[in-house]
Amino acid sequence: MGHAIAFYTLSAFILGFAVMVVTTPDTVHSVLFLVLDFLFVAALYVLLGAQFLAVIQILVYAGGIVVLYLFVVMLVNLKRAPEAHSDPHRHTKIGIGLAAATLVELAVILAYGYARPAPTLAETTTAAMPVVGNTQQVGWLLYTSYLIPFEIASMLLLVAMIGAIVLAKREL
Amino acid sequence: MEITPTHYQILSAALFIIGVVGVMMRRNLIIIFMSIELILNAVNINLIAYSAQQQNVVGQVFAVFVIAVAAAEAAVGLGIILAFYRNKETVNIDEMNLMRW
Repeated sequence: MGHAIAFYTLSAFILGFAVMVVTTPDTVHSVLFLVLDFLFVAALYVLLGAQFLAVIQILVYAGGIVVLYLFVVMLVNLKRAPEAHSDPHRHTKIGIGLAAATLVELAVILAYGYARPAPTLAETTTAAMPVVGNTQQVGWLLYTSYLIPFEIASMLLLVAMIGAIVLAKREL
Repeated sequence: MEITPTHYQILSAALFIIGVVGVMMRRNLIIIFMSIELILNAVNINLIAYSAQQQNVVGQVFAVFVIAVAAAEAAVGLGIILAFYRNKETVNIDEMNLMRW
């Protein structure tokens, strides 16, 4: 019962703040609502027993990425609101239609998955791991089975960092 | 009142749709990038819900990778926004038609 109450409360906050992010006209307010949204998603991770991911969510998203967004909003000092100019070729109705089509697709997938539940996976690595605790288990997998993807992710971050510097710097 | 992974899936789908509507409807490029972050968060919720259901940490490992890709995407995307703003003094995607035929 407590789990259900926590889930519905967190879901209401997550969806409410997500709607605020998308609808608020002021970009700075939008970024601040995004922080709140990320914090509630982190709380949902704790509810699901993924404490490590919750901390990473707060550190990387709410702490790092959102500050990046705020810096860009401050640097991009808009004299006129971007929404003021509208392309005459823009088809807003098609946009809504595409979003609705995606919603229908998701609903079909949900209904299909509900009708035929996926078979339970065999107990794989978790039982064989010599460590307990969420952070230790994630770390164990990252440094054993998923070592190569982990290193590729670090290379991706390095390339992204260099690319961001090259793009944002006035002249090299 | 049991909370099943289906509940989390519905929450994730709703968050995903809000992100898609943001990408489709807004003209401010920064808000479009924030909508993409919402979409990636929806994916993470799904991964972690199923990871909790299956008692298997692999889903959380993939969520870590999604977060790494999201960080890379934000850095490069915001660099592109700054470079574009320096040239055209706007972040309106309707005016971003340099490479559009």
